[in-house]
Amino acid sequence: MNEWIEGIVALFLLLGSLFALVGALGLYRLPDFFMRLHGPTKATTLGVGGMVIASMIYFGARDQGLSLHELLITLFLFITAPVSAHMLAKAALQQKLRLHEKTRGRPWEQ
Amino acid sequence: MLGYVIPICLAIIGLALALTLARLFKGPDLPDRILALDTLYINAIALLVLFGIWLGSDLYFEAALLIAVMGFVGTVAVAKYLLRGDIIE
Amino acid sequence: MKPSRWLPHPLLSICLLVVWLLLINGFSLGHLLLGALLGWLIPLVTQVFWINPPRIRKPIKLCLFLLHVIWDILLANLQVARLILGPSSRLRPAFVEIPVQLEDELALTMLASVISLTPGTVSADLSDDRKTLLVHTLDVADEEQLVRDIKARYEAPLLEVFACSAT
Repeated sequence: MNEWIEGIVALFLLLGSLFALVGALGLYRLPDFFMRLHGPTKATTLGVGGMVIASMIYFGARDQGLSLHELLITLFLFITAPVSAHMLAKAALQQKLRLHEKTRGRPWEQ
Repeated sequence: MLGYVIPICLAIIGLALALTLARLFKGPDLPDRILALDTLYINAIALLVLFGIWLGSDLYFEAALLIAVMGFVGTVAVAKYLLRGDIIE
Repeated sequence: MKPSRWLPHPLLSICLLVVWLLLINGFSLGHLLLGALLGWLIPLVTQVFWINPPRIRKPIKLCLFLLHVIWDILLANLQVARLILGPSSRLRPAFVEIPVQLEDELALTMLASVISLTPGTVSADLSDDRKTLLVHTLDVADEEQLVRDIKARYEAPLLEVFACSAT
């Protein structure tokens, strides 16, 4: 396989896995639930996105053709990630989880 | 080149999975644990796609897609159970 | 393309055909026909469950909007990554209430999803009268500026695309 293509694939793989790590790090160290909600739903979506782009380039170059079916994973995750984030946020609001003391504004009563 | 990069990426994602697992055990509340499970399945998808590239096999894509579908349904079902105490009304 | 009794959701049919071809990861006449058949049959059988989709007035504008959103998502990820890696005592989280003008269900869903996918914001709840969206932000200096930004960047294009009755 071409050196250049291998380099690009490696770049996207590293980018994707680093974003997955940042998302997990956010989940681990941010102080309250609503702040933790931000890390994974974003960084992990792009993390998988990077992996998927790398996979598309790799299989496309290997088989000398177009390999687009990995796009389905990204498409599906982009549609579902906000929905599950919304459901979790609603559940957390209803459970009246403790908020970080610096949070401004209050959610309304459920 | 990929022979070096892919094991590094596997290690990074493994670390991410370990951090998520730590949050899953630590809690402190139920939504935190559900969020950790949600992140866990998304990281598993990334791991599977990576593994597919390493082995040069198309098959892992199907497994990744199935995990994406099932993981979403699972998260929504558990979140809804927490919200209403019931999954199907 | 006009929806008719035998083809209730033309757009959905085309999407199903494309998804089928992507799933097969190849192109042949047989699969094109099979995909077209599935795209025709599935909306017909599940007709009862679908809400009436709004008319899309400006498809090109919708595509531009989606590209814009993808670009914003990229920037969002870099920004959130920096916030997560920095000291967490510097974060200024807040709940912000955003008044919305969109009335259509699909357009509202799109707005909420886009907000969830972009810089440090997650849409947490919609008020019962569908007039206010509760948004949690990770780091915000000026709430009013944020409300103005979201309304100008995301709601205005959606209003234009779906041409709902802007009150």
